[in-house]
Amino acid sequence: MSPRVVLVTGVGGYLGGHLAARLAADPAVGRVLGVDTVAPHREVRDLAGGGLEFVRADIRNPLIAKVITGAEVDTVVHVALTAVPPGPARRSAVKEANVIGAMQLLAACQRAPSVRRLVVKSTAAVYGAGARSPAVLTEADPPREVSSNGYARDAIEVEEYVRGFARRRPDVAVTVVRLANLIGPRVDTVLTRYFALPVVPTVLGYDARVQLLHAEDALAVLERAATHSIPGVFNAGADGVLMLSQAIRRAGRVPLPVPGAAMPMAGRFLRGARLVDFSADHVRYLTHGRVLDTTRLREVFGFTPRWTTRQAFDDYVRGSGLRPVLRTGLVEAAERGLAGTR
Amino acid sequence: MREARVIPFDRARRAAREEPPVEPTPSRPDAPAAPTGLRQSLANVLGFARRRLTGDYQVDRFGFDPELTEAVLLPPLRPIYRNWFRVEVSGAEHIPARGGALIVSNHSGTLPLDALMTAVAVHDNRPGRHLRMLGADLVFQIPLLSALARKSGHTLACMSDAEHLLRAGELVGVWPEGFKGIGKPFADRYKLQRFGRGGFVAAALRSGVPIIPCSVVGAEEIYPKIADSRTLARLLGLPYFPVTPFFPLLGPLGAIPLPTKWHIRFGEPIPVDEYGRDAAEDPMLVFTVTDEVRETIQQTLYRLLDQRGNPFLG
Repeated sequence: MSPRVVLVTGVGGYLGGHLAARLAADPAVGRVLGVDTVAPHREVRDLAGGGLEFVRADIRNPLIAKVITGAEVDTVVHVALTAVPPGPARRSAVKEANVIGAMQLLAACQRAPSVRRLVVKSTAAVYGAGARSPAVLTEADPPREVSSNGYARDAIEVEEYVRGFARRRPDVAVTVVRLANLIGPRVDTVLTRYFALPVVPTVLGYDARVQLLHAEDALAVLERAATHSIPGVFNAGADGVLMLSQAIRRAGRVPLPVPGAAMPMAGRFLRGARLVDFSADHVRYLTHGRVLDTTRLREVFGFTPRWTTRQAFDDYVRGSGLRPVLRTGLVEAAERGLAGTR
Repeated sequence: MREARVIPFDRARRAAREEPPVEPTPSRPDAPAAPTGLRQSLANVLGFARRRLTGDYQVDRFGFDPELTEAVLLPPLRPIYRNWFRVEVSGAEHIPARGGALIVSNHSGTLPLDALMTAVAVHDNRPGRHLRMLGADLVFQIPLLSALARKSGHTLACMSDAEHLLRAGELVGVWPEGFKGIGKPFADRYKLQRFGRGGFVAAALRSGVPIIPCSVVGAEEIYPKIADSRTLARLLGLPYFPVTPFFPLLGPLGAIPLPTKWHIRFGEPIPVDEYGRDAAEDPMLVFTVTDEVRETIQQTLYRLLDQRGNPFLG
């Protein structure tokens, strides 16, 4: 059953914007309202072809309730949750946007009888990462070793509010998707910035397992959630795993192992240089890694990612124009030379 | 830029052609050399180095890197296995050639060398199979050790990881005595400690795989732990700090394990699939099976000890 009126939050960002554009281009979907404080990218407006109605509003403002009831929205897709910010941001502002925004949006949805479906984009960061975490996480695993004031904590709190909402409005199909770290040639995430650093700092003596999700697959997951009623919590991650050291080599970068104790200092430097966000949660992720079990995504949600982790990563390396420091051709030529074969 | 945009279907097909999902397992370093001899081994080494430098290898969800394990991590253990401890394996036919099984063993020796030797025993008696160990969280906290453990396919001892591995048809190794077993004083040697809460039995019940009891004799005497420094253990954040007749007295020299003669006995598999998958919810049954496994290992230990004469010549 395709939705008549969809409201997408966070259309100023990559995921929200492109999701709204996809829904607007879908003839089965009636109206698409995009909400954000910043206008969507021009590319998004071109893709949507006039089918996307942009509402410049802050979801922290109770005005959002008027938008939902006024347009008789039946499907709300909440994409505006910043859990893994790509670059340094003001923590308190992001926290307020995350938590208060979600609360206001949920309150508005609860009052709106027209709402039938709620989709919330969450993140795999809610599981935390650490030596005491299982290597492969299922949806039932509780959060472990999450720093008490990090962005991942926001997502955990938002998920709690969403559970409360689902209890109070049992007639609404609530879907929560926990996305693995996104990657792709055009998306700006903490990992795309990290792998583009001239030398890539890693934690000495640890090699994290990295599971990714191609941005196109993430969009497809959200689109499916918005157009089908599949209630539940679902992990979304690509097949297969790359080791952090392996990914760095595939990108032709040079790793710089930093002792764990010096990592906060390196993080402060990178934050200070406005290069990439290096929060405590993210360092823990780069130390221990995280892999999601996607059995439920396949079997219950009915979606299989098209890109494997390795393919998604290679697509990012090729598409984002990274200039490898250590080129594969060079290594192969050296091998041929040393082996004496042509 | 528009031309460079990739269409997923085509990509997936091309990628499938270029890189098979599972790379062929490289030949073991001690396998007979190919006819071309030196040239071939040089090509092998260079190929390995190239794959490492360009990141062209496969790991599983747990970070297990079969190529690295076979080529780099296992070979240094073999001289210790063959020449230092002279490990004798019996009952290797009980290790299934395929499919999941849970190998449950006694734990001893202050440092988990018994686990490493069991891994070599499994791999060399059932080529192509690897023992996936369930380790304490301490292993994954220590730098370097954490990376090595992940790359050789080991993971945290917890229910969900054990089940994921067993369902995937892996051989999983577990040492339910934990630190109580490995860190027990020399006077208590070969006395099995409490087998945890029987979590390993529940994992086997839920996955429907057999339990293979494994008894290791010889590891108890490698570092005779005669005392324990609580203060140092607390300072270093370790579960115990062993004092042996040679360590820390002789410094690093004292850390060389005594060259005892080892016997590893894999017992007959204990089938648990007859109980059904819901049996894991029945604590009484879990306790009964736990006791059965523990008793089997204890009796086998006594029998092996009876047959053994001198711990060093055995």
